[in-house]
Amino acid sequence: MRAHARIGFVLLLTPLVLWLGLLIVIPHIDMAILSLRERISFGVYEPSLMQYEKALTEPLYLRTFWRTAVMSVLATGITLLIAFPVAYYIAKMAKGRLQQVLFLLCLIPFYVSELVRTFGWMILLRETGIVSNLLQWVGLADQPVEMLYNDAAMMVGLVYTSMLFMVVPLVTTLESLDDSVIEAGYDLGGNGLSVLREIIIPHAMPGIVSGCIVVFMLSLGNYLTPTMLGGKDSLWFTEMIYNQFIVRSNWELGAAFGFMLLVLSSVIVWGMLRLTGRTLQETMG
Amino acid sequence: MTPDLDSTDLVKRFGTTVAVDNVSFSVPPGSFFSILGPSGCGKTTIMRMIAGFLDPTSGEIRIKGKSVLDTPPNKRPVNMVFQHLALFPMMTIAENIGYGLRRRKMPKEQIARKVDEALDRIGLPGIGARKVDELSGGQKQRVAIARCMVLEPDVLLLDEPLGALDLKLREHMKVELKALQAAFDTTFVYITHDQSEALVMSDQIAVMNAGRFEQVGTGRDLYYRPETPFVAGFIGEANRWKGRIERIEGEALQMRTETGLEMRATATGTLAAGDNAEIFVRPEAIRLAGSAEALSAFDNRLQGRVASILFNGAASRVLVEDDAGETLEVTLPQSGEFASLRRGDPIHIGWGAAQASCFKRAA
Repeated sequence: MRAHARIGFVLLLTPLVLWLGLLIVIPHIDMAILSLRERISFGVYEPSLMQYEKALTEPLYLRTFWRTAVMSVLATGITLLIAFPVAYYIAKMAKGRLQQVLFLLCLIPFYVSELVRTFGWMILLRETGIVSNLLQWVGLADQPVEMLYNDAAMMVGLVYTSMLFMVVPLVTTLESLDDSVIEAGYDLGGNGLSVLREIIIPHAMPGIVSGCIVVFMLSLGNYLTPTMLGGKDSLWFTEMIYNQFIVRSNWELGAAFGFMLLVLSSVIVWGMLRLTGRTLQETMG
Repeated sequence: MTPDLDSTDLVKRFGTTVAVDNVSFSVPPGSFFSILGPSGCGKTTIMRMIAGFLDPTSGEIRIKGKSVLDTPPNKRPVNMVFQHLALFPMMTIAENIGYGLRRRKMPKEQIARKVDEALDRIGLPGIGARKVDELSGGQKQRVAIARCMVLEPDVLLLDEPLGALDLKLREHMKVELKALQAAFDTTFVYITHDQSEALVMSDQIAVMNAGRFEQVGTGRDLYYRPETPFVAGFIGEANRWKGRIERIEGEALQMRTETGLEMRATATGTLAAGDNAEIFVRPEAIRLAGSAEALSAFDNRLQGRVASILFNGAASRVLVEDDAGETLEVTLPQSGEFASLRRGDPIHIGWGAAQASCFKRAA
């Protein structure tokens, strides 16, 4: 009996171990080794910290690194601001069928690939696009307006892409809030703002934190949206990693960039949890 | 004296269904008023209208003589203890009780003092720093009441607050709630489907059915002098017979049941010979005896056999099958007299006409 249970346990664990080992641990070890060596000549490598030195001293790399961090935090913040009322409406105000339909409406855009969705924004925002034509037709613009290839367009794309990942955890936590608790908040003299601040937001905190973590990581690691919607100035750190690996074939520097991104996201997630006084266990469990 | 709470011709419709149908009542200051009714009778709707979470379709609600219909829930001088208490799980006990005072912008020290006073009052001093989920059911109950009472409302509404507690604790909390009401000297409006809660605690009880008040009165009134068949059947238990009235003189009447028995009873409302009627007799109003002679003082006498004995301590019952084949419930006295009673034993039962209420029945 015990032996059977053991075999079952091992069998169940195997896919997880394989997945983590082959796809996460081994590549990262390899990346770490790659990033910590220097190419001396053809086929000759030497251990060195040169890649990190280069990454941290070259202004373009450093600027892009921080810009990516700040923009991702901003995108997370905007997503939260837009998603919270949406989630509140779905979880608390909408009833029955309407609730299901609204939830489905949030989900439907994710049935098509991210490429198509991003292309949708391009159709809307480009110089010969729908918005531009509409503005000219109404008379607000006398020539075609280019709205693509800047930070605002990129932000719109990032927020849109991550919306669902914020709405779902928020709806789940808000649904678990008993309506009578909100009513009690009003009954005892609270107004909309104080009920939101003292009751709804504290209750929704686990959803807010887990939604923010997911959206932040998705934004930070996004490649498609910044490349397609962002302009020449809106360089994203993932594009630089791609460039080093694929365009420049400089795997050593690319690996170093990859590690910097990993450290960055870990530090910011840790900071986010510290700031809200939560543990990872509470948030994810 | 102006009543603390007063409602006239209150109506609430949801679409085509009438949840509350022309209800009027008034609650004198400092009294304990209960609305008792089966689930779905509209009692929660009344309570939510008083609290301000629902607007009445028509009618008027006045608190201390002033209409509150245009006042939003957070400005009304009423507070509510919710069915599942709705304590704020994200706050400590002290923060929960101080919540309403903070909304009134009271200075911090004063809030702390009031919270401590309230905790003393409910007999739980020093628990202010604890979390809500560290308390037992009964303690949460008292905190929920304290959270409302620190605001000194004119009327405290309680929406079946004992429903979630286990039996022993519920019995205990009944006594405690009554004591808290006396201590705070505030008007309580209590809604429940549990008649024993209403009977034990209330000064006045309104029995509600299908959106209407059937009868308003003290527990004693409702129990001894029910005015409608619904009240007679809902408060306490009753054996019922349907039949046709044969003779009536003043309040005393004689009815022939559908099974052919002749019974004497007391009329409630206007009845005439030939009317379809229904007689209600409580199990505790029926006397058991070993022989017919012992029952000669009673107007109604039957004989039958013990069909079954339902032992339930002090509330034990005997099911008696009479000669007409009907089964009656009779309270089994625990005086030892009937300790040897067994299934199948012959038995005589009797009750007075004064204990049998007769109501007109729709044909």
